[in-house]
Amino acid sequence: MTALKVTDLSKTFVVGGGLLRKPGAVRAVRPMSFEVATGETLGIVGESGCGKSTLARMLVGLNAPTTGQIEIAGKPLDNADPAAFGKLIQYVFQDPVSSLNPRKSIRQIMEAPLKWLHRMDRAARTARIAEIFASVNLREEFLDRYPHEFSGGQAQRIGVARALAAAPRIMVLDEPVSALDVSVQAQVLNLLADLRGQFDLTYLFISHDLAVVEAVSDRIMVLYFGAVVEIGPAREVFKTPRHPYTKLLADSAPVVGRPLTAPEQKDSELPDPLNPPPGCAFAGRCPRATDICVKVEPDLRPLGEHQLAACHHPLD
Amino acid sequence: MTTFLKLLFRNRLAALGAVVLGAIVLLALVTPLLPLADPDVTATGDRFMRPFTEGHLLGTDHLGRDLLSRLLWGTRLSLAVGIAAALVAGTIGSAIGIVAGYFGGRIDNVIMRGVDMLMAFPYILLALAIVAALGPGLLNALIAVAAVNIPFFARNIRGVTVGLAGREFIDAARLAGMGHGRIILTELLPNVASTIVIAMSTTVGWMILETAGLSFLGLGSQPPVADLGSMLGEARAALITNPHTSVVPGVMIFLIVMSINLLGDGVRDALDPRLRSGALTRPRAVTLVDRKGQVPEADQKGLLNIQSLETQFHVGPRIFRAVNEVSLHLNPGEALGIIGESGSGKSVTALSVMGLVASPPGVITGGAVRYAGEDLLSADYRSLRQKRGNNVAYIFQDPLSTLHPLYRVGDQLTEAIQAHHAVPDATARARAVELLKDVRIPNAEARVRDYPHQLSGGMRQRVGIAMALANDPDVIIADEPTTALDVTVQAQILALLDDLRRDRGLAIIFITHDFGVVGQLCDRVAVMYGGRIVEEGPTATILSHPAHPYTKKLMACVPELGGGKRELAAIPGLPPVVSDLPPGCAFAPRCDKATEACRVGEIGFTGSDTHRVRCIHPEEVLA
Repeated sequence: MTALKVTDLSKTFVVGGGLLRKPGAVRAVRPMSFEVATGETLGIVGESGCGKSTLARMLVGLNAPTTGQIEIAGKPLDNADPAAFGKLIQYVFQDPVSSLNPRKSIRQIMEAPLKWLHRMDRAARTARIAEIFASVNLREEFLDRYPHEFSGGQAQRIGVARALAAAPRIMVLDEPVSALDVSVQAQVLNLLADLRGQFDLTYLFISHDLAVVEAVSDRIMVLYFGAVVEIGPAREVFKTPRHPYTKLLADSAPVVGRPLTAPEQKDSELPDPLNPPPGCAFAGRCPRATDICVKVEPDLRPLGEHQLAACHHPLD
Repeated sequence: MTTFLKLLFRNRLAALGAVVLGAIVLLALVTPLLPLADPDVTATGDRFMRPFTEGHLLGTDHLGRDLLSRLLWGTRLSLAVGIAAALVAGTIGSAIGIVAGYFGGRIDNVIMRGVDMLMAFPYILLALAIVAALGPGLLNALIAVAAVNIPFFARNIRGVTVGLAGREFIDAARLAGMGHGRIILTELLPNVASTIVIAMSTTVGWMILETAGLSFLGLGSQPPVADLGSMLGEARAALITNPHTSVVPGVMIFLIVMSINLLGDGVRDALDPRLRSGALTRPRAVTLVDRKGQVPEADQKGLLNIQSLETQFHVGPRIFRAVNEVSLHLNPGEALGIIGESGSGKSVTALSVMGLVASPPGVITGGAVRYAGEDLLSADYRSLRQKRGNNVAYIFQDPLSTLHPLYRVGDQLTEAIQAHHAVPDATARARAVELLKDVRIPNAEARVRDYPHQLSGGMRQRVGIAMALANDPDVIIADEPTTALDVTVQAQILALLDDLRRDRGLAIIFITHDFGVVGQLCDRVAVMYGGRIVEEGPTATILSHPAHPYTKKLMACVPELGGGKRELAAIPGLPPVVSDLPPGCAFAPRCDKATEACRVGEIGFTGSDTHRVRCIHPEEVLA
């Protein structure tokens, strides 16, 4: 069953534009379509500026898409209204501490989605909060404390608990562990895996850490410069990458025992988003680029059994 | 609240202001109960009586009215009007500011340009125009004074709100189904309330003065009602012959405004979070060194030798033992990794080497740091400064915050070179270009003229490395230099550092939380936990045969690429807080091998000089 269906979703930001200057347009997310099945975890990887956070904000209704449609559980949602999205899809933020209002107690923070999304009365709210806190391994005595009293790992569990309180079908996890220490990171990741089974959730897991994404995802989608360059089963995407950019990412991750070599020698800058190049955005950094790459933008096409990649000269 | 009062009264002047203002407010409150003469009854026969005459403690005015009575009733009125005006201006101005700041975009633009226009009028002209339109009278004066002060509040509060509106907790509130009005009232307002209080406490005095000004001109309170401004206005004609009639209200205005301003400044200082945390106290140029015990003898190890270093942070009554008995040495041309989680003391160890830990609150309480045999902790500031950058250089995590945003990168490099070498500008400039080429910045001749914000994150970190290399140091301390960078860029920076090290014979201390980075770059590695080194040895040995349970578990937590979907190993519990370390091994509460012996006394190192571990139940028995 399809939990999330995205068709031709894109976002263009208008930037600059002073009294005498013509405003420019930045295509943060180029038209993209994908589906996520119920109970699946889709990992989304890419470097800074690839559009992964903009995509996430559109999926939860915080930003209105420029074009395209978002369908959750067969129901189209295209006007950006976080309150309408809230019951179906929730967001877990990267920085656990700044996503909690410093002036509110944890109880007040936890009650907000129950009160405004589900209109529960006081008794029902208390019971539900107790239930959720038990499932994320937090003690109920924490409820009367304030966010600054918690460590990063605890604060992130509170963030997950708040998202769960809305009883969504889908959770967008935007770099949920990158602000945490390694020893705590695994605690949160394992908790998330448990919750997925317990609450029958579907995850979109965004991260820049390839090893983490691979460890938690069923499928992985690689973004570059606002577009999907490769999508496929987690096991295969990094083992047999089809797109040269995916290969570059996989080769760049520091691995014990591998000698240090700079994996690319060419200009490593991203293209100028205000003045994007024609053709493939990766061509400037790509060792396999030919004439066609700088002229024609490649489409996503099936390569191998389950993989899709947008490349004129894919790797075997 | 109690900390707020404590902070407030630590400021003597604020306390004085509070006492004076308290007395005046109390007097104003009890005025109706006091046995005073009617302030408005005239007795022309008794006019201009001097102070301290029978029945008239402060004398009488030009119509023979009792000055004491008029003063107290007038003070009451002036205070009431001033405070009311501040509340009105504060409420309306803050509402405008929050709305503009929260919605942003066009709404913000329209509102704030309107406020700007209001602000562009000279305030007294604006007040006069408002009173002229509404007619004289105390209420109209109040409206005028409030209106004139609205822009001040609107601008202040908008500034604070803009910063808050982009924070993630506002997004989270929207996702929890809250509407705009509710977010403004329950999410934003509690966070800007302290700013509103600060703005009010610093402007009430000003508003009392403005009201008095309007009354002085006859546009405020109308006769026979007294307020401080109108009392002054009426006494003006007799300023020379009977000065006491003007001095009495004048002194009162002075006392009120002075005490409010002193108190207001105190409130601002006590509420401002930056002042409270002591961020505005300038740190000393060198970390305070206050060694309790003996300075360790030089033992001729390595080029840089850290011996039993102890660095603490003294915050109020709490002592944070950030670095505890840390001993490390670094040979020429060697790369040493220090690995640990946040709060393990790895950065503080590095900063202590050159006395860069901020003091207050940091204090080095023991040990020695020897560079080529010389103890840097007992060196004077001049010789230490000579060595900073020249012998030991640093590379920090975030190049955007270490480079000055307003100077071109070339100028910053030139400055770094000229700080240590008296060379002409042209030579230094040529050297700067050369350095940028060394760190493989393409088109270095043009990039020299760029500002830091024109460079990408990876390019900025290359400039950071170029700066560290500027004076050919022997040792570079790199504190998480790639943590803020993307993986593809990280790989390039690591490869660059490795090449530089081999080409120049640099010794590098590499601080990180990433075993992959250590494994690729470092010869030796030290693992820190709770301010101590728990294990140290050759990288290959530690990665293949970790001896400390913490090292082993930490390595298991790090997922490696190529493993597929799986359950990850985790360490239960949380890293310790270094102000409250348990006796014995700091890792014992999270360790499944811990026994009673682990929770008592000091646990020393076992093993050899090359591989040592601080554990009584090591995973591997060290020879």
